[in-house]
Amino acid sequence: MITLDVIYVLMGLLTGGIAVVNARDASNPRRWRNTLFWGVYALLFFAGSYLGDFVNGVLVLIMVGTAAAGLGQGTREAVTAEQRAASARRFGSRLFVPVLVVPIATFVGSLLLKDLTLGGVPLVDVKQVTQIALGLATVLGLLTGLVMLRPPVSAPIVEARRLMDSVGWAAVLPQSLAALGALFAASGVGNVVSALATTYLPLGTPVAAVAAYAIGMALFTMIMGNAFAAFPVMTAGIGLPLVVQQFGGDVVVVTAIGMLSGFCGTLMTPMAANFNIVPAALLELTDRYGVIRAQVPTALALLLANIVFMAIFAFP
Amino acid sequence: MPDTPSLLPLVGILIVIFGFAFRLNALLVVTLAGIATGLASGQSLPAVVAAFGKAFVDSRYIAIVWLALPVIGLAERSGLKERARDVISGIKAATAGRVLLVYLALRQATSALGLVSLGGHAQMVRPLVAPMAEGAAENAHGDLPRATRERIKAMAAGVDNVGMFFGEDVFVAIGSILLIRGFLEQNGIMVEPLQLARWAIPTAIVAFVVHGSRVLWFDRRIAREVAAEADASNGGPRA
Repeated sequence: MITLDVIYVLMGLLTGGIAVVNARDASNPRRWRNTLFWGVYALLFFAGSYLGDFVNGVLVLIMVGTAAAGLGQGTREAVTAEQRAASARRFGSRLFVPVLVVPIATFVGSLLLKDLTLGGVPLVDVKQVTQIALGLATVLGLLTGLVMLRPPVSAPIVEARRLMDSVGWAAVLPQSLAALGALFAASGVGNVVSALATTYLPLGTPVAAVAAYAIGMALFTMIMGNAFAAFPVMTAGIGLPLVVQQFGGDVVVVTAIGMLSGFCGTLMTPMAANFNIVPAALLELTDRYGVIRAQVPTALALLLANIVFMAIFAFP
Repeated sequence: MPDTPSLLPLVGILIVIFGFAFRLNALLVVTLAGIATGLASGQSLPAVVAAFGKAFVDSRYIAIVWLALPVIGLAERSGLKERARDVISGIKAATAGRVLLVYLALRQATSALGLVSLGGHAQMVRPLVAPMAEGAAENAHGDLPRATRERIKAMAAGVDNVGMFFGEDVFVAIGSILLIRGFLEQNGIMVEPLQLARWAIPTAIVAFVVHGSRVLWFDRRIAREVAAEADASNGGPRA
């Protein structure tokens, strides 16, 4: 059976390969730090399921310390702009094929893989089918690219290193934030926040309660980085007891639009790193908060729209 | 009057807000916030380190999207971005804003059908959408000021997020709908996913109208910034 651990071996090969390319690149003045950072990350993919929690924690701290000291970036370009332009003319729109294979194969794979069995055993772990499909789709895309474009064998890992080092430590930020969220939850942060909100907010009218719930969802999502983490806390604290039970709002409307209010918060917070910080790094923006800046006007307009919709539709 | 709970667990939130406001290394800030939160709740340091390590390793699946980098890097090395710009330059009506509007519509519509995996920052925005939007703007205005180029890329990333967030909730089997249903079930309230998904439609429409208008207006801003840059480099208004 293909489980996530198979995909983690692929991730280990990718990050390990990036460590090796960095070790061999004298154009990166901090090449040993990069080697350590990506090498430890590779170890966490290869062995993280078997090492103890404490050892894993220490390894994460080594990565964080290395990142805080500062990572570097190699300056060597494998091909020149002229070579790329010539190659673009040569291959034309066929260049889109390997890239488009990834999302299309992910989608097809997530539909088909869950029904396949081999000798009565499911071919893939059904619970993780989308993630596994994505991992396998990237391999298919890479093979397509290798066959079509016939680059040197080292090209994929050298190019992956170039992109990964331009993202840098932001690549592991989403995982650290997930870990932070788990510690927040275990320490009862949500209960404290909802207790504070219900104690200090003016919630005397239906509209005030609706506004407090929607804005509370957005704000707490900004703190947690994730509407899924904010939803149970704010809904148990304000949504259900006040808007639904005390003022008689429709529970379906309130919770559905409450979740969407949380999404408005997701657009405005660096804590939602994989949506806001990682793309800024991936697109090589100098302003780390550039994506958030581009989204704030839309997010505020939609939050207002959500409050209006909830106030109108929940109290017919 | 209920007992006010201890505010000590909030120390992690303070560290995070402070760290992001002062633009400290976010990875370091998040790790310190996690350790401080754990310590404040009374756990020992080794226990907190272990808890952080366990949660980090348990969420490795988030990183799987990076497996797309070798194929994207390979295609970029072979001229993918250059080709994306060429294609756009062949379409006379294409502007940066219209390219982004088309992607917004596609992203939102496919997400509403549950096809969330068809987009993404690594898979679509970096290799295709951002170069196409940049290329369209270059066709209209020639070389772009650096700040304008950055804003186009940032808008491209924002379009992917807005399209997905406010499209996916219209689909009945998406995680957020199932979470709402599960939460209400625990509280003894039974609702159907279809009822919940229906109430995502008004916001989805407003999201498309608001963000779609913004990306179309964005074309005027690009023109203004290019003109301002040209004025500055000519040392006066253009004839």
